[in-house]
Amino acid sequence: MIKSIKNWILVGFASLLLAACGQDGAGSKKSKTLENTKKAGFVKCGVSEGVPGFSNADASGNWSGIDVDVCRAVAAAVLGDADKVKYTPLNAAERFTALNSGEIDILSRNTTWTLSRDADIGLTFVGVNFYDGQGFMVRKSSGINSVNEFKDGIVACTNIGTTTELNMRDFFNSKNIKYEPLGFKSADEVVQAYDAGRCDTYTTDKSGLAAQRTKMKDPSEHKVLPETISKEPLGPVVRQGDNVWEDIVRWSLNTFIEAEEYGVNSANASSLKESDNPAIKRLVGAEGELGAAFGLDNEWSLRIIEQVGNYGESYKKHLADTGIMPNRGPNQLWTKGGILYVPPAR
Amino acid sequence: MNFKNISFQSKKIRNLIPQILILTVLFSVIIYFVTNVQTNMGNRGIAFGFGFLNQESSFDITFSLIDYNGSYSYARAFLVGLLNTLLVSVIGIFFATILGVIVGVSRLSDNYLISKVAEWYVEIFRNIPLILQIFFWYFAALRALPLPNEAINFYDISFLTVKGFYVPKFIWNNFNFFIIAIIISITAIYFLRNYARKQREQYGRQVPVFIFSLLILLTFPLISFFLFDVNLSFEYPVLKQLSPSIFTFDGGVNIIPELLALALSLSMYTATFIAENVRAGILGVGKGQKEAALSIGLNKNQVLKLVVMPQALRIIIPPTTNQYLNLTKNSSLAAAIAYPDIVLVFAGTALMQTGRAIEIISITMLTYLSLSVAISVFMNWYNKKMAIKEK
Repeated sequence: MIKSIKNWILVGFASLLLAACGQDGAGSKKSKTLENTKKAGFVKCGVSEGVPGFSNADASGNWSGIDVDVCRAVAAAVLGDADKVKYTPLNAAERFTALNSGEIDILSRNTTWTLSRDADIGLTFVGVNFYDGQGFMVRKSSGINSVNEFKDGIVACTNIGTTTELNMRDFFNSKNIKYEPLGFKSADEVVQAYDAGRCDTYTTDKSGLAAQRTKMKDPSEHKVLPETISKEPLGPVVRQGDNVWEDIVRWSLNTFIEAEEYGVNSANASSLKESDNPAIKRLVGAEGELGAAFGLDNEWSLRIIEQVGNYGESYKKHLADTGIMPNRGPNQLWTKGGILYVPPAR
Repeated sequence: MNFKNISFQSKKIRNLIPQILILTVLFSVIIYFVTNVQTNMGNRGIAFGFGFLNQESSFDITFSLIDYNGSYSYARAFLVGLLNTLLVSVIGIFFATILGVIVGVSRLSDNYLISKVAEWYVEIFRNIPLILQIFFWYFAALRALPLPNEAINFYDISFLTVKGFYVPKFIWNNFNFFIIAIIISITAIYFLRNYARKQREQYGRQVPVFIFSLLILLTFPLISFFLFDVNLSFEYPVLKQLSPSIFTFDGGVNIIPELLALALSLSMYTATFIAENVRAGILGVGKGQKEAALSIGLNKNQVLKLVVMPQALRIIIPPTTNQYLNLTKNSSLAAAIAYPDIVLVFAGTALMQTGRAIEIISITMLTYLSLSVAISVFMNWYNKKMAIKEK
C-alpha cells in the first residue's frame, strides 16, 4: 500500500513538473508564442465556463462575448481570421495554471488586475476591457434593499480563489457583520447553491451577477443591490516573459477600443483608408508601419476592426442588446464621460 | 573452489547492475524535472519558497474546528483544512465500520429478508461511483430540504434545513472533573478485566465483565456530577429572522450540509467494502472451529467472541486498512461540494490566492502521504496484535 502511494506521489510530481514545462518565454524581439500560434494556426484562448455577455458558448459550441472578442481580435491580427481561436473553458481555480503551463496563450476571462497577480505569479495584465466592481445579489422577497441591511448570520456565497472572496471578508469586517462564507470552485455551483436557498446572498463582480442572474430558475425573483464594494478592473492576461506577444495582445485590445473613439467600425473601416485624419489612417493601416514593430503586416488593425468590430459594437451586441448590462457606466469612452482611455496607436 | 567463488561474485554483480541502472535513470529523470522547473520558473519570474505560509491569508473559511479567520496565516488555513479532512475521515471511518459490520453480518443472516436487503445495499452502493453519490446527497437530497423558517423540527431541539442540521451545543461546567471520572472508570475497567482473566484462567470462574464495566462507567461520572458540581447544559438553536424572508438559527451547532453529504456518502460507500471484508472474514473461519468450541461447552456468545472473531479479524483487518486509507484519500472529493477540506482550502483557495502551485501541491501530497502512512502503521500494529501467535 505504502509503495503504491509512493508511486502515486511520484506520478503526481512528474505530471506536475511536466505541466510546469511548456514553452520557454523569449525575452528577445522574436516571439516564441507568436511563432507557435502561426504554426498551430489558431490562438489558444482561455475563457470562462460560461458568463453570458463575456464569454459564453451557445448550443452549437460557438463562443461569444466581449472577452471572447479580445481573443478574436488577436486571431484577426495574427492569423488574419478572427474565427481561428481555440477556446478552453476554465474555472477560477485553473485559469492561472493553464496560462503558466502554456495550455493557453491568452487568458480573457473576467480576471481582475491586481498587484500580486501581475507581479508575483509570472503573469502580465495587458489592459482593461471592462471596469467592474463587486456587488451583492439577493432575492427580491428578502426585502433587503441595501448592503446596510445585512445582519449577523447571513450566508454569503462566492467563488474561491477570487478577489471577490477577499473583498467579501473586508466588506463584512468593515461593517462588523458576522457572516458565514461559502466558497465554491465553479460559478455554476454558486448559482445552484444560491438558487436552492443554501446562501442568502451571492457576491461577485456586478457584471457577473447580471450575467448569472439570467441562469436562475426565475431571474425576475432576484436583484442586484446598488452598492459597489470594490474596484475590479477586468482584462486579458498573458504569460510574463514574451514581450512581443504581450504587445500584440495589448495593442489588439487598444486598437479595438480606439477604433470606437475615432468612429471606425466594421462597416466603414475599409472605406476610411482615404480619411483625412492621420489617426484613423493609422488605425486602418493606410499610414505608418505600426505592424512591423511586432512582426505583423500593416493591415493587422484593419482586420480587427473589420472582423470583430470596435469596442462599442461589441458592447452593444453582447451586453446592451442582451439586456445584461444595458448601461455602459464607467465603460464609456473618456470622451463621453466614461473612463475608457487607451494610449494612442502611433 | 576458486571457480565457485567467482561465479558467486558475478551473480552478485549481475543482481547489482540492473538496480544501479534503474537508480541512475530514476535520479536523472528527477534531476531533469527539477532543473526544468527551475529554468521555466526562472524564465517566467516565478519565485519559489515557503515564506508565503506566514503571510496573512485574508480569506475566511466556512467551517473550522479551531479559531480561524482571514487575519490568520496561510499555515493556519492549512491546519484548518487538515483538521477538516481528519474530521470527515474519522466520522466516515467510524460510521463505515459500524455500518459495514452490521451489513456484513446481516448478509450471513438466516433471515432471507435481512440477508437480501444487505446484499442489495452492497451491490447498489458499491457499484455507483463515489463522486456521483456525493453529488446525489449534496445536490439532490440535502438541497431539497426546507428553508430555516420551515425547518424539519426534531422535538424543538434540532432542526434540519437546507442551510444545515442545527443541533444543541453542549455546555459543560467543571468539565475537567468529568474527564477525570471517565479516566478513573477506564482504569478501573482495565483492572477488572485483568482480574476477570486471572479468575478464569486460574479457577475457571466466569466474571460478568460487561455488566460490571457498564456499572463502573456509569457510577464514576455520576459521582462527579453530584460531588464535584459537574453539570451539562444545552444551548438550543433558536430561529432568528434576518430580513422578511431570510432566516437562520442562532446558537447551537450547525452541521453544514457539505459535511453531512460528504460523511454520509463516504461512510455508505466504504461500508459496502467493509461489509464484504467482514463477511469474508467470518466465512473464512472453519466450521469445525465453531463446532469444536460448542462441543467444549462455550455458549454462542463465547464462541463468537473467543473463537470466531479472533480468527476472523485476522482476515478482516488488512483489507479494511485499505478501505480506511481509501476513505481518507477519497475525502479529497470534498472539493467538489465546497466542504473546506485540505484540498479545497489549501490546494484550492490558498493556491489560487498565492499562485504557488508547486509548493502547495507538494505540501498537500506530503500531507496525504503522511496521513496514509500513519493510518497504515497504526493498522499494521493492530493487525500484529490481533494475529494469532503461534506457540
